[in-house]
Amino acid sequence: MARMVTTRRKVISTAAAWLVGFLIFFPILWMVLASFKTELEAFAIPPSFLFFHWTTENYVTVQERSDYFHHALNSIIIAGGSTLIAMLIAIPAAWSMAFSPTKRTKDVLLWMLSTKMMPPVGVLVPIYLIFRTVGLLDTRTGLVFILCLGNLPIVIWMLFTYFKEIPKDILEAARMDGATIGRELIYVLTPMAVPGLASTLLLNLILAWNEAFWTLNLSTLEAAPLTVFIASYSSPEGLFWAKLSAASTLAIAPILVLGWFSQRQLVRGLTFGAVK
Amino acid sequence: MKNVLCAVAGAAALLISAPSIAQTTLTVATVNNGDMIRMQGLTSEFTAKNPDISVKWVTLEENVLRQRVTTDIATKGGQFDVLTIGTYEVPIWAKKSWLVPLDKLGADYDVNDLLPKIRDAVSVDGKLYAAPFYGESSMMMYRTDLFDKAGLKMPDSPTWDFVVDAAKKLTDKSAGVYGICLRGKAGWGENMAFLTAMANSYGARWFDEKWEPQFNTPEWKKTLTTYVDLMKQAGPPGASSNGFNENLALFNAGKCAMWIDATVAASFVTNPAQSTVAGKVGFALAPNIGLGKNANWLWAWSLAIPAGSKKVDAAEKFIAWATSKDYSKLVASKEGWSNVPPGTRTSLYQNPEYLKAAPFAKMTLASIDAADPSHPTVKPVPYVGVQYAAIPEFQGIGTAVGQQFSAALSGSTTVDAALSAAQSATEREMKRAGYIK
Repeated sequence: MARMVTTRRKVISTAAAWLVGFLIFFPILWMVLASFKTELEAFAIPPSFLFFHWTTENYVTVQERSDYFHHALNSIIIAGGSTLIAMLIAIPAAWSMAFSPTKRTKDVLLWMLSTKMMPPVGVLVPIYLIFRTVGLLDTRTGLVFILCLGNLPIVIWMLFTYFKEIPKDILEAARMDGATIGRELIYVLTPMAVPGLASTLLLNLILAWNEAFWTLNLSTLEAAPLTVFIASYSSPEGLFWAKLSAASTLAIAPILVLGWFSQRQLVRGLTFGAVK
Repeated sequence: MKNVLCAVAGAAALLISAPSIAQTTLTVATVNNGDMIRMQGLTSEFTAKNPDISVKWVTLEENVLRQRVTTDIATKGGQFDVLTIGTYEVPIWAKKSWLVPLDKLGADYDVNDLLPKIRDAVSVDGKLYAAPFYGESSMMMYRTDLFDKAGLKMPDSPTWDFVVDAAKKLTDKSAGVYGICLRGKAGWGENMAFLTAMANSYGARWFDEKWEPQFNTPEWKKTLTTYVDLMKQAGPPGASSNGFNENLALFNAGKCAMWIDATVAASFVTNPAQSTVAGKVGFALAPNIGLGKNANWLWAWSLAIPAGSKKVDAAEKFIAWATSKDYSKLVASKEGWSNVPPGTRTSLYQNPEYLKAAPFAKMTLASIDAADPSHPTVKPVPYVGVQYAAIPEFQGIGTAVGQQFSAALSGSTTVDAALSAAQSATEREMKRAGYIK
């Protein structure tokens, strides 16, 4: 009898999980479906779910009108570059704050977070002026720099919480055995922190990939990443839904694939230290 | 070491040889709509005639473009050589000396051929600051078959009483047909474009001669009450989230008996490839109540050159090409007369081939002629602009008021509460900006 209940519960919770998963995934599925419709069908009322005339013409049009690979390459360089630099700065910062905190550490952490509390549009004009003066407008270097700065507080905070979970005693034990700081970092700390590092890296990559405010406002042509590519297909007056969906599908495809392959690391990292 | 020297020499040679092709590259910022995309496709015709100029395009969604271009021009960022801007921006930016006056468009440009109302809208003190690429007004689009069935006849210039009455008669909720579809989505360029034009026809105005907001007047109350009641009785469900695209989809699916919106919609609703009601659409002027103003707006997407641009000559050449009569002929020869950008030149509306290809041409022209951005309202006002007041503060105020009116439509607030909230929000902003004390 007890077994029956367990099975039934399992079935119900599995079904519920699938339902919730499907609901969350539905907008993306709908977008992918719309990208294979004609403009007229994308707008049809009532909408057709699967039984419509499938076409790939939107993808052809999108590629003809704008150079997807140019934008995608920019996205990869900007998101990847800003993430790597942010990690390089954040790892030592978080490490020192987690393992040798001073009485100001808490204030420093809060101050870092406070920079995220200001809406970016508030500093758009000053940043734009600085970029213009130093010639960083529409450059990938400029975007790498600004996205790195923008995400740095989150990266440091995430790494700090992961590092804090690592028992100090293990590091002390390593030191007792005569390990140098370098060896301690490479052989003791790194293996324990890998899930945390990986999930921080991935999350930061996704944040930088999706960042639309700075990338739209500070790039024109040469450095324009995929966010600009999407924005060029949105229109309040005219039928562009199918093409917009095709552009969006192309834009999220790389990061979706990356997320798919690394979901194990991501989930492990996000729940790391949740249960002690 | 030798390799390094070779590499340096090679790089130097490249650098020296590069300037020998004297190319001017124009960066054109534009909005995403059919006419602009068509122009991008035809740019090779321009560069073939002007081999020393190449053109690069930055296409963005309207609101993104507005923010992007405003930031750049206000900081003199110099990222763009040609800007696509609307009639709202032209007078504001021209007064700030942000735009180059267009006085070298060439002898055969024929400035006098531009439609007078449109030319006015992109000129300041008689000087042209932007060249109109396409112009639009708003008008009534209605289903001739439903009107015939109900024994109704749409006049060329209907009154609001007639429209309200017809909308109620034509509503058949069980068949999914609604008497009228109107914009409800909040935004200064969304519901406020329609409601400001409607208010003009009711004798209301945004500000009096001393910049005092006027939402506490009976004219505004009449406007908003009529709109909300009409939409509740004869409008589609969820109208408070409908903009142009949503209403277009509803009308094309045969769900609306009447729709008042941009004249550019006429080419979509009469196109059998898009519309299920293509052969059954009639056109009329936007309604009035007999005070001499119809509820129609005026807008033109226009090309302008930012002040401080180092490529003014090339930019002006490009603008002259894109807004010329020859460009219309080029589009007609490649894609047919019905695809020619409308609403900018008198000669287009005298062209029999165009009039034949575009059944809505006559009413589009009549609608543009019926809007007057210099005298938009029955009572005098200190601003220019029909469906907006051309002051920098309007975008923010217009959207805040639009949210109140959208809430009144959805029923989450009353007409009176929405009007008084609109009045106090506008007063606050106008005080802050220093228009009133």
